[in-house]
Amino acid sequence: MSEHEKPSGEPVPVGRRGGKIDGLPKITGAARFTDDLTLPGMLHGAFLRSPHAHARILSIDVSAAAALPGVYAVLTGADLPTPYGVIPVAQDEHALAVGKVLFIGDEVAAVAAVDQETARRAAALIRVEYEPLEGVFTIEDALNPDKPLLHDERRRKGDTNVLRRVFQKYGDPEAGFAEADVILESSYDYPGSTHVPLETQVALAQPHPDGKLTLWSSTQIPHYLHRIVAKVLGMREQDVRVIKPDVGAGYGGKSDPFANELCAAALARKTGRPVKFILDREEVFYAHRGRHPTRMTLKMGVTKDGRITAADFKAWAAGGAYASYGVVTAYYFGVFLPLPYKLDHWQFESHRCYTNHPPCGPKRGHGAIQPRFALELHLDKLAHAIGMSPEALRLKNTVEPDTETSNGLRITSVALKECVDKVVAASGYLEKRGKLGPNRGIGLATSAYMCGALHPIVQSEMPQSAVQICADRSGRVSILSGTADIGQGSNHMLAAIVAGRLGIPETDCVVLESDTGLTPVDLGSYSSRVTFFAGNAAKMAAEQLYAVIRAAAAEKLGGDDVVMAGGKVFRASAPEKALEFADAVQLAEERHGTLGFVGHYKPPKIGSRFRRQSVGPSPAYSFTAQVAEVVVDPETGFVTVERIWAAHDCGKALNPTIVEGQIEGCVYMGVGEALGEEQSYTKTGLHRAPSILEYKIPTVFETPEITTIIVESNDKEGPYGAKEAGEGPQLSTVPAIANAIFDACGVWMNEAPFTPDRVLKAIERRDREARRAAAEEGA
Amino acid sequence: MPTEPDADLVLTLRVNGDRKRLLIPANRTLLNLLRQDLGLTGSKHGCDVGDCGACTVLMNGAPRLSCVTLAADAEGAELLTVEGVSVGGALHPLQAAFHEQVAAQCGYCTPGFIMALKALFDERPDPSDEELNEVLGANICRCTGYTKILAAARQARERMNGRSA
Repeated sequence: MSEHEKPSGEPVPVGRRGGKIDGLPKITGAARFTDDLTLPGMLHGAFLRSPHAHARILSIDVSAAAALPGVYAVLTGADLPTPYGVIPVAQDEHALAVGKVLFIGDEVAAVAAVDQETARRAAALIRVEYEPLEGVFTIEDALNPDKPLLHDERRRKGDTNVLRRVFQKYGDPEAGFAEADVILESSYDYPGSTHVPLETQVALAQPHPDGKLTLWSSTQIPHYLHRIVAKVLGMREQDVRVIKPDVGAGYGGKSDPFANELCAAALARKTGRPVKFILDREEVFYAHRGRHPTRMTLKMGVTKDGRITAADFKAWAAGGAYASYGVVTAYYFGVFLPLPYKLDHWQFESHRCYTNHPPCGPKRGHGAIQPRFALELHLDKLAHAIGMSPEALRLKNTVEPDTETSNGLRITSVALKECVDKVVAASGYLEKRGKLGPNRGIGLATSAYMCGALHPIVQSEMPQSAVQICADRSGRVSILSGTADIGQGSNHMLAAIVAGRLGIPETDCVVLESDTGLTPVDLGSYSSRVTFFAGNAAKMAAEQLYAVIRAAAAEKLGGDDVVMAGGKVFRASAPEKALEFADAVQLAEERHGTLGFVGHYKPPKIGSRFRRQSVGPSPAYSFTAQVAEVVVDPETGFVTVERIWAAHDCGKALNPTIVEGQIEGCVYMGVGEALGEEQSYTKTGLHRAPSILEYKIPTVFETPEITTIIVESNDKEGPYGAKEAGEGPQLSTVPAIANAIFDACGVWMNEAPFTPDRVLKAIERRDREARRAAAEEGA
Repeated sequence: MPTEPDADLVLTLRVNGDRKRLLIPANRTLLNLLRQDLGLTGSKHGCDVGDCGACTVLMNGAPRLSCVTLAADAEGAELLTVEGVSVGGALHPLQAAFHEQVAAQCGYCTPGFIMALKALFDERPDPSDEELNEVLGANICRCTGYTKILAAARQARERMNGRSA
């Protein structure tokens, strides 16, 4: 048992509902997002972007732009030649195009000028001579060894645009299929979609006379940005300070370092003036890094009594022009395929390809959304084929607590059965399925997701999260952490843990987060890691402060049965003689000296039978079950999602209101992906809908009534039992809706989104097949 | 090509109760007037073309998308922004409900929602759920699925009408 897992005796009161400690500024207009910051003498940046999907740059003439009054500097790829990428094995990006452009919207040059309008006007004056190249737009193109390569020259005959192929095999799939009574195979297609955070990417860079640099940015991973800015600008890391102000959400879309951040920094260094660099809304659709459009095939076998015996899964993703996190995506496609089910014999093969489109990357439920869609639909098909209820089939195969999966994932807390039972009961699934009448249906799906990655992206034995706390003589406790609150409530989470341990109001904590010049390293807001990792670090720090205060109070009060609650410190046996928390802090400071403590979290070393299993394992997994009720209009094919019930095992809700909000947000984003969101391009790679109006995101009218049910499995290693809630719940939404559409009108929607044209085609196919069957019966 | 920025004009208006007189370029949007000239950064750029509602302010009591309104159109007008909603340091019941329900996750869309709802409550103190929905439908939120926003709007409605919520 490591230091931070020591039981602390008294129960810790976490789980208060309601407002966030840092909630008020967002409601009064006082919150400061990056674009709300202004510095004296500040310049503004703008890009020139590529009009070609794939072309060689023959020449760039910036003279007219540089000569425009009000322009201070112009940069091209030659100024920033160092390649970068978050994943160490995929350093394939440049701040500005070097040699070639790889998608329509790729950044070619950047200007700093006295205002945004002048910067944009100047960018338009830059003359670029291109030699257009054949584009790679489909998975077939990407796999074709005769097509040009996006990156590098062809080294060997047969090289293709596959960034990463992964093949893994567990057990004996052939023997598994031989045990099956029913085997089904289907193809599935899942669309690419993008995050659309309401705040676009914004960066503000300030150069200092000593050569140092401060960069404020709307990033969700200040730590990687810090490293990469230093690398690309050729600076020492200790001379770069990255600060993340309030961020207008990310959902994964602000995980990469972006050209505007790097160019703001470079332009600030070049001009000696602060530079603000904002992407406009259209540009965010090109910056993208969203969901990979993925083609899949899935073959699965079950016995008559509903045991899943084997699976064979293949996936191909058209990932766009750069790698981003795509190597990881290729692993996630397969590693999480069976969870939350037991499956001994299976294999997967995945391909993450380059294409001449805006680059894909991590979006909420990264890499797990697509296979979950395929597998949960497939399970309903199998249940249908063997005449078993879909929820019974799932419950029969559910992974058990404290076990290891066939691919070496250590499973600890699992409350999936409870999640299924609760959504089934709340929704009336059993009574409604097959009985809602024509064109109304109900569907179920379940899922599991990680709570952070065991192995960091950049290999290291150092902690992945750290928190520093100090108790002030006033009784106020400051919490310093490198975590990035992007709206999910991580600041409140840290305060809830520390305040819970010390028995003080959460609002007596102050959180200073995300400033690489002041706060200890945290790897960032991705892979649903923050509550588990940073939460445990905060807990470790709080336990130490607690112990010191408690010891001082015990001496003063003359007994060991000291508890801290309600802002007071007292003996359980004599609560009437209580010390104020601040007085106890002062006693502790007299005995101990200044009260500052650090905590950290490094996931346990979990041995696996599989050495290659470095991407995917997590210290814990969250579990979700959802039921959707839909209405399908058979005339128009229009699907209305009326209601969704979502039960989520988050371990322990440190603040149930915030956890519900995360679940609701996941369901909402799932509904968007189910009904119409799609990064869609013309055959020559032009984005079809780069605006909020055309890219169909749900308004309140398309959003169903969402009923959330929190299920607490109290994970032994989670901070006071907590696991993630920010991504996992999205996994079940789309397949639950697809299964509800089948229940409504008997069509399997193997292709998302379930747009009216697709649904109508499926209904027409159903009717054709029915007529043919009737005719054959008649003959 | 936008209007020549050096074609300046003088603008007089009232913002959150304070009289302002400014010299601005003729092509200044109302949103940029608030954010750049007056430092009222609560109103947000989400799309700059009137699709998302994050820039909503009240102009003479009516909701207005400030990103697609020319500042010149506000000559003589009475403007209210999110910064002017809490009077004397006390939260408006809508703000209190947004806080309690955690209706603001990232908070970027929140000022727009608060202003749109305030306009409704000013006009119709006890709106129906349909009327609330109608107003929310003009604003985009990507975090909450609108669930907690709707809950906050209902809670504010109940409290403002003296019912328990």
